[in-house]
Amino acid sequence: MTPQGHVAIICTDVRKQFVLRHTRSLKEALVWLVKGRKGDLSKKFLALNHVSLEVKQGETVALMGLNGSGKSTLLKLISGVLQPDGGTVRTRGRVAGLIEVGAGFHHDLSGRDNVYLNGAILGMTEKQIDEKFDSIVEFSEIGEFIDTEVKFYSSGMYLRLAFSIAVHTDPEVFLIDEILAVGDEPFQRKCIAKIKELSDMGKTLFVVSHDLDLVATVCERGVLLEHGQIVMDGEVHDVVGELRRRSLAM
Amino acid sequence: MAGQTDQLIKPGSGHGLLDVYGDRFLLKLLVRKEIKVRYRGSVLGLLWSYVKPLVQFLIYFVALGIFLNLQRGTPNYAIYLFSGIVLVNFFTESLSNATRSIVDNRDLIRKIYLPRELFPVATVWVSAAHFLPQLVVLVGACLVVGWAPTLLQLAAVVLIFFMVAVLGTGLGLLFGAMNVYFRDSENIVDMIVMVVTWASPVLYLWTMVQKVMGDWFWIYQLNPMTVAVEVFHWAFWEPTLKPDQLVNDATPPGMLTLWLPIAMLITLAVLFVGQLTFRRLAVHFAQEL
Repeated sequence: MTPQGHVAIICTDVRKQFVLRHTRSLKEALVWLVKGRKGDLSKKFLALNHVSLEVKQGETVALMGLNGSGKSTLLKLISGVLQPDGGTVRTRGRVAGLIEVGAGFHHDLSGRDNVYLNGAILGMTEKQIDEKFDSIVEFSEIGEFIDTEVKFYSSGMYLRLAFSIAVHTDPEVFLIDEILAVGDEPFQRKCIAKIKELSDMGKTLFVVSHDLDLVATVCERGVLLEHGQIVMDGEVHDVVGELRRRSLAM
Repeated sequence: MAGQTDQLIKPGSGHGLLDVYGDRFLLKLLVRKEIKVRYRGSVLGLLWSYVKPLVQFLIYFVALGIFLNLQRGTPNYAIYLFSGIVLVNFFTESLSNATRSIVDNRDLIRKIYLPRELFPVATVWVSAAHFLPQLVVLVGACLVVGWAPTLLQLAAVVLIFFMVAVLGTGLGLLFGAMNVYFRDSENIVDMIVMVVTWASPVLYLWTMVQKVMGDWFWIYQLNPMTVAVEVFHWAFWEPTLKPDQLVNDATPPGMLTLWLPIAMLITLAVLFVGQLTFRRLAVHFAQEL
């Protein structure tokens, strides 16, 4: 282990700004340039500001906050989908996101093809998918429908398959965005059991959810975001309590 | 894995096209998906990639070969025409699909980090999968009329295939990345596609251009697609000519020694510029889409 040994994610003074662009044509951009760049072509919006955060390997962190507080943005910065405008983000080991499960699904392909495609998108090798294929299908409870095109799946089946692929990718760091509300109650219990199992195996979990009771059972540490800034970082029940108090005060 | 786990890395940073090589398995799956999905629900399926160029060929052959009587001055005009058409189709299909590839895959790009170069590269492979069967048809037609190429000519065909693939990738990266910011990019590419069939000697002979352009003919030759089509003529059409049909100037002087190296340099430069632009713009793809 290196000196910083056990750190899985470090964010240092991260800032992320979004440009809300109104125009999408070359003509308007040219007109704007010709006019000497007068006026603002776009509106800016600060999604994250001065966010510093350190997550150790094996920690289970719940990221909480109201809508628009920047939770998903932070998750996307950690997964590498977005790049920060200021500050740095560093991760250790393979990071995989259960971000909006099924993003890599193609409706016209069979479940089997989608397992391979989505597995590869999430960073698995051909051999890993071959080895885990049966386990993925079994966990998803899709059974004989695996060779049916996914457009014929019920939304529950769809999510179960996607979730099943994602938990089998075996990364060091798991990013989980609002997907614990998958399927019916028995499957949800199964998912939570699986996530706890991952955490017992020493995986780092980083969870975003509005289901406060649920995150409190899965995670140990809570981080509260408000308007793009971290306002609280501590034991998960304390943070849940704080968020509830703030919501009531609004 | 152990080697990777003991250092901190910056998420979402890659090595451009080199990462695509590392992700060959995913590339293969993306190409296969694209081919499967392209003709889904159609009766003819992949046969469409034969039918379309065939119809295109017939139109040109009837209009130009017969009505304008180009086939009289050009022996085996059908071969001449078809060898140019398949190559230009490969290029235009690569380019226009690669340009749309980033915007078409926006759902994925917005949510999961992947080397984004995968998408344009995959579309070029898909075009290659459509091009190769057409090439087989071309070779079949050539054999019927007595094609006897030299090894050098066969090697040139392979080289040109890669050159056009690289050119399509380079321009596809450039316009695909620009398309995220300005959807005008698609229209510019549509225009290029329209021009390119006529800006290379696909339908007519290069000598006709030289007559008109005179000393400025070298400008025409700077277009890598022009050289690519000329090399294809040299490899497919010329070896089918009988001794009494020989055309003295089937290819421009210095084609292999001067123009081909220049075309390859231009192609590499295009790839370089395309990759550079793509990498600079790719940083903000997820938020701009």
